[in-house]
Amino acid sequence: MSASDRLHASKIAATLLVLTIAVVAPGCSKKVPPPPPPPPPTTAAPPPTVAKPSIDSFAAEPSTIEPGQSSTLSWSISNATDMSIDHAIGAVQSRGQRQVFPASTTTYTLTANGPGGSDTRTVTVSVNTPPPPPPPAPTGPRLSSAEMLQQQSQDAYFDYDKSDIRSDARDALTRDAGLLKQIFAQDPNFSVVVEGHCDERGSAEYNLALGDKRASAAKDFLVQLGVAGDRIKTISYGKERPQCTEANEECWQKNRRAHLSAGQ
Amino acid sequence: MKRSIILLGIGTLLFGQADVKLNIGKPGEKPNIAVPDFRGAADAQPLMNTFNSRLWSELQNSGQLKMVPKTTYPLQIPQQPADFHPPLSGKSQGAWLTDWSGPPVNTNFLAFGYTATQNGQLVLYGWLYDVKQTAPSSAQLLAKVYVGTPDEAGSKKVAQEFAADILKIFGGSSLVGSRIYFVSDRTGHKEIWSMNYDGTDQKQFTSYRTITNFPAVSPDGSKIAFMNYPMRAASPGHPATESQPRIYVHSLETGRKLPYLNQDASMNAPSDFMPDNQHLLIYSTAAGGVSQIFMTDADGGGFRRITNSRALEVEAKANPKTGADIVFTSGRGGMPQIYRMNIDGTDVARLTTGEGEAVNPAWSPDGQHIAFAWTRGFEPGNYNIFIMDVVSQEMIQLTHGAGRNENPNWAADGVHLVFSSKRGRTMQIYTMLADGTGLQQLTTQGNNEKPVWSKGTQ
Repeated sequence: MSASDRLHASKIAATLLVLTIAVVAPGCSKKVPPPPPPPPPTTAAPPPTVAKPSIDSFAAEPSTIEPGQSSTLSWSISNATDMSIDHAIGAVQSRGQRQVFPASTTTYTLTANGPGGSDTRTVTVSVNTPPPPPPPAPTGPRLSSAEMLQQQSQDAYFDYDKSDIRSDARDALTRDAGLLKQIFAQDPNFSVVVEGHCDERGSAEYNLALGDKRASAAKDFLVQLGVAGDRIKTISYGKERPQCTEANEECWQKNRRAHLSAGQ
Repeated sequence: MKRSIILLGIGTLLFGQADVKLNIGKPGEKPNIAVPDFRGAADAQPLMNTFNSRLWSELQNSGQLKMVPKTTYPLQIPQQPADFHPPLSGKSQGAWLTDWSGPPVNTNFLAFGYTATQNGQLVLYGWLYDVKQTAPSSAQLLAKVYVGTPDEAGSKKVAQEFAADILKIFGGSSLVGSRIYFVSDRTGHKEIWSMNYDGTDQKQFTSYRTITNFPAVSPDGSKIAFMNYPMRAASPGHPATESQPRIYVHSLETGRKLPYLNQDASMNAPSDFMPDNQHLLIYSTAAGGVSQIFMTDADGGGFRRITNSRALEVEAKANPKTGADIVFTSGRGGMPQIYRMNIDGTDVARLTTGEGEAVNPAWSPDGQHIAFAWTRGFEPGNYNIFIMDVVSQEMIQLTHGAGRNENPNWAADGVHLVFSSKRGRTMQIYTMLADGTGLQQLTTQGNNEKPVWSKGTQ
């Protein structure tokens, strides 16, 4: 104990002594002064005022979006103990933001509850509705077969003045055979034309015959792989329908081909 | 040595025709002709520039005459027989035969005359003299009056008719009235067209709007056959497309389609009419397998096979004199070459050497020569026009690497050839003489090809 503490303790002891004398004294003397008026009753602190919850702000930015875009909800609430937003957002803090991705126009309700009551506010996020898509194109089975053929068949290429099926043409026609079997199975009325083409160098007359021979060589190969021969026709275009019109070997090779197209 | 043999062969080619009426000079020499400018009386004179240039070019372009240059002509130009006066005591009394037969003119023949307008018509008085004769009375080979409209067209017409008569005297024939049938894509589709021998009056003959190709004209000029891909109409899910190529025959008199029964085959194409006009040589896959040569009647009946091989056989052409033998293109030895055989299929012989690709054979009217397209010495596709004597197999080359030259075809005069050539970005039709000179371009619009020279129906 420090010196000052000791001093302080002795003052308390002296005060307690005076008080004790004063209290005990009336009992010791008949002539006692009237007691002082009671102190005013300590005004009991009024029960604390319970304020009503208040949503100070609740907004969506932007308030209008395109489908798939987001909007940000932001809010600020006072005096609430229990705050939530509907549409599966759930409990929130008194101040916050939340990104939402409504698929269609949605009204969000923010509810704030507290001992003093409750408050609600709503905000609406508008989603622009796109025009309806056009009705699906009427796709008959024949069209889809023709499309399949056009998109998936491969040309078979030939050497100059030749109609032999090269190994690359063998691969292409083998894939074509699988495709044709699939198409013929799903579409009993579908038939196919094998076009034979030539490059520009031979004579037109000879190329007519050569294109014919290429087309029938390609057809024979498909038939050997089990494609129905009675559903394949051939046509020679000679050099009348070139794929490519430049005068070089790359281009000529593109033109020396057998090509599949839809029959009728 | 080789060269001189070839040149002698061509001399025979140009003048070895059986129906030459005048036998002039040594074989291979063209007769000389002097053609002074004609004058016109009064109103007719303004038309004479047209007349004179037309008469000159008709005779020159015939390839059958040697034109003596005008700069050598004497001052006294006769306009009618009465202008000829024999010299008296060595002194000239006017025009005389020796002015023309002697130096510096040295001509054998002289065409002269004049024009006038009479009764609203242009009238030409034309004469042809053999100036080697001693008297005008024996010199006269032709004396004729021609009438046309009094305008440029009329002056061209009388010049053409006079030239045609002069050429007939020499056993040649004029090309006037002949038509060249050909394929043009200028409308966006390959169609058959026709034109005059000089490229004028180009007319569309077919309007099938698909691919029309390979015209063949009957020798009498009454029918044309060609190949066409008939269009299949569009159906749901399918655009309109071509179906397998077929032979069409049309009348050239009415333009209408004539009946022709096609074989059920992946391809049928015509190549030539027989000389009787009643049969057609075609190539077709009708026997199964690859393209072979067949003959049919003009309506497709009487179908019979001519070649029997496993190779591609196309474009058979019948000998126009005999009808007994054909030339054709075949791949039986590898790359396409030209072969000859009897119409019954016997005596097959390859005519070309086997080098390169030889295609597009065409008989000369005398049945002794063929013109064809050959890549010899050039890359595939770079064809030149050659002529071959079918018996001796001697050849001369007429084009020499300028562009891609194909489908030669003879005029009835046996002296002119028409062919197609790609010398720029497009294929065009040209004529030339059978010695490779006198090249003239006839077409310019679009691509033009597969010319066939018909002597016409006139």
